[in-house]
Amino acid sequence: MQLKNRSNISKALAIASCSLLGHSAQASANTEKPDDWKVDAAIMYYGEEDRVQAVEAIGNVQKAFGDESLLDMKLVVDSLTGASASGAVAQSETQTFTRPSGNGQYETASGETPLDDTFQDTRVQASANWAETLSPVWKTNVGVNGSKEFDYFSLGLNGGVERSFNKDNTTLALSGAYTFDSIDPVGGRPVAFSSMALRADYDTEEEYRTAFDMTRMAGSEDKKTMDMMLSVTQVLSRRWLFQANYGLSSVSGYMTDPYKILSQVNDTGTTQSYLYENRPDSRLKHSFYMMTKGALDAGVIDFSYRYTTDDWDLNSHTLETHYRYYFSGRFYGQVHLRYYQQQAANFYRPFLMAGEPLPEYASADYRIGDMTTYTLGLKFGQRLSGGHEMSYRLEYYQQNPENSGFDLVGQLQDHDLFPEVKAIIAQVSYSF
Amino acid sequence: MNRTIISIAIAVSLSACSSLGVEPWEKDQLARADMALDSEKLDLALDDHIYFSKEGSSGGRSLAGGGCGCN
Repeated sequence: MQLKNRSNISKALAIASCSLLGHSAQASANTEKPDDWKVDAAIMYYGEEDRVQAVEAIGNVQKAFGDESLLDMKLVVDSLTGASASGAVAQSETQTFTRPSGNGQYETASGETPLDDTFQDTRVQASANWAETLSPVWKTNVGVNGSKEFDYFSLGLNGGVERSFNKDNTTLALSGAYTFDSIDPVGGRPVAFSSMALRADYDTEEEYRTAFDMTRMAGSEDKKTMDMMLSVTQVLSRRWLFQANYGLSSVSGYMTDPYKILSQVNDTGTTQSYLYENRPDSRLKHSFYMMTKGALDAGVIDFSYRYTTDDWDLNSHTLETHYRYYFSGRFYGQVHLRYYQQQAANFYRPFLMAGEPLPEYASADYRIGDMTTYTLGLKFGQRLSGGHEMSYRLEYYQQNPENSGFDLVGQLQDHDLFPEVKAIIAQVSYSF
Repeated sequence: MNRTIISIAIAVSLSACSSLGVEPWEKDQLARADMALDSEKLDLALDDHIYFSKEGSSGGRSLAGGGCGCN
């Protein structure tokens, strides 16, 4: 018994001395840390089967000024190419479409989902954020961000304040953002519900050009977004914490996708014309998010649930989890699962019927239709010497659009109007 | 009436929070770098961009903001 006690004491002493050594090591690291730079960089590939391909490079630099101030700067560059669904329905015949610029045409084979293959863009996004600890219980942050792509410009400001209570176990945060976007589409903004001018319907190039110009408006359009978020973070126990957020977002301005169209079909499901879509110019969105995260002996796990709803009647549920397991002190594996389900916006129409009065708003964009999506991801990370870390991520993402109860007339029953979209995400990250 | 119920609900949940939590010296596990809410912030930013572009709703975890979201 005495022997056992002695062994326990010696173990306890060993642990205590280790923890003291650990603390002194940490303390010396901390004295150097505040002026250190922290850099995270990643390059990601996103590729859809037969559709959009994107490469996105992202770099984040963090610089601490003492214990009170933190500057965070991020630069993102991405490049997209490939085809995306135009909104038109598949037909038994070959279909011909005018490119958004009005210069040239593209064809879609019979039975195929019409994809606009002219899509190509490069985007540069930069942001900077300053966080300041005002007192042991108050923190604040302000930030600015901007992004530019060929037909789009976005500029935003954000700020927030944070107060901790209850021995730092409870944190309340309130943040807000204002974003101004300007869009100047290729070929001009389409006139809502105007019919696509097709070269084959005109004898001369001049007549066609005049007809095309009639479907377009000159100049850019704006969109303004006001966001507000209230967040509570609570320590539940020594290993678990919980976060709940409520977000309110009010968007006003141009939300129509200038590159999306709707097929107008007759009783046999045959397309008579293609009309440019039209969406409402305001949207009020609410989001409710809950997340819990736990520190395990050899890993970390989190679960989250998000519910969103808005005045377009587009409601969604998202369930997500990450589970990380440390195979050793230097190497970990991580699983990511995500399930998302949305209910169509009230003006979503997969097609319009010729001869029926036009609705006030309509869009055939499957991204605002009924849809379920799944993500399955794997990540491996390796801690290198000097606090560097390298990680690799591979994910599979699948979208399953669904018919939300529209009667498919004539030949539309012969085609898949709600095709699946499958994508691969591959990423390499490096931190130092 | 609704306001009263909401105020009571907030007060009750905040007072419930005060009984939760740990002492400062018990925060070793929560202080781990992998327990930070933004411990994988690049992955989260890239995921947010993908889902913002491909799905009808966005935001929730953090502010949604503006942006194109085309294609």
